[in-house]
Amino acid sequence: MTPDLPTIWDWLDQVPDPEIPVISVVDLGIVRDVAWQGDTLEVAVTPTYSGCPATSVIAMDIETALYDRGIRNVRIKTQIAPPWTTDWLSDKGRAKLADYGIAPPSPAGGPDTCPRCGGTHLTRISQFGSTPCKAHWRCDDCLEPFDYFKCI
Amino acid sequence: MTDQTALFEFLLRLGDNTLVLGHRVSEWCGHAPVLEEDIALANIALDLIGQTQMWLGLAGEVEGAGRSADDLAMLRDVWDFRNLLLVEQPNGDFGQTLMRQCLFDAFHVELLTDLTHASDDRIAAIAAKALKEVTYHLDRSSETVIGLGDGTEESHRRMQTALDLLWPYVGEMFTPDAVDEAMHTAGIGPDLTALRSRFDTRIDAILAEATLTKPDSAFAQSGGKTGFRHTEHLGHMLTQMQWLQRAYPGATW
Repeated sequence: MTPDLPTIWDWLDQVPDPEIPVISVVDLGIVRDVAWQGDTLEVAVTPTYSGCPATSVIAMDIETALYDRGIRNVRIKTQIAPPWTTDWLSDKGRAKLADYGIAPPSPAGGPDTCPRCGGTHLTRISQFGSTPCKAHWRCDDCLEPFDYFKCI
Repeated sequence: MTDQTALFEFLLRLGDNTLVLGHRVSEWCGHAPVLEEDIALANIALDLIGQTQMWLGLAGEVEGAGRSADDLAMLRDVWDFRNLLLVEQPNGDFGQTLMRQCLFDAFHVELLTDLTHASDDRIAAIAAKALKEVTYHLDRSSETVIGLGDGTEESHRRMQTALDLLWPYVGEMFTPDAVDEAMHTAGIGPDLTALRSRFDTRIDAILAEATLTKPDSAFAQSGGKTGFRHTEHLGHMLTQMQWLQRAYPGATW
């Protein structure tokens, strides 16, 4: 029996991002489309940053997750237009990021509050962080450094 | 020159610029003055290499000879590279690296902005993707150039020296040749004269804030984007970058 698309989306929502495992690839907004083409499941994935090394791992994780649930023919299609934006992060994903200690993206260009203590006196340490999608900030209230998910 | 040949050449220029600069910037990995800068440089290099995969991937598709992005990056020699002379210049000190980056980023942002309107959808899509990343690169490189230019006596001196050294490589970005003209006529490539004036507006503002003096010579080195004559530095860089593919042809993981 062919699983229906909502079931497949649900499965994909259980595939963690390899770098930030508290959110799923669906939370991240990089799964753009899922469709059956005959007996092949086509999954359109968009990269976050052009050179993000996690992209190929994500494709492999998606294939593995679907294979484990009995889908034998999967085709991962890279779709670059329209380009990925942090607007596509789900609300669930944003909340999980904050719980995990990563400030979610904000249109103001910097974090609203410290994800650890909720402090609002924040200083940018570096425009880049441990992955291409993050910048490095520090809370001047609790003095802890933290990652900020860049808004693009 | 057919349109298809011009398109292939144009894509090589885009991909070779990002490849060569990406490799140059990656040479700082583990050597930058502070950890944050090291990470920032590595991330910028990563963006540029990612963009290279898209540009050279499309170049290979347009050429239709079965060459992949990897083949184009790793199996060509100096004379087949089409990058600007500016991006192959050695890193020098940290200030020189950031000055090179800022000059290229200011050009790159304007170029990609124009390419998002290209009549070829594939090019417009890559440009829109890359532009988001490159806008961020320019934010950082311009802030650093301003900080170091308007910094201590020593940092100011080094930034002015870097600007004087690199300025002769700026003109090549805006000097049109047959490829540029064919691409502009095809509704793909930019009008380089208009692009130059937008570049000048940006760079003049950055240099003024950085208290640096733009050299008044319009002399421009050339030969990178046509492949006619690269500087001696590119060959040395390729011996590093392509070492594995040269030593073990056909190697796979």
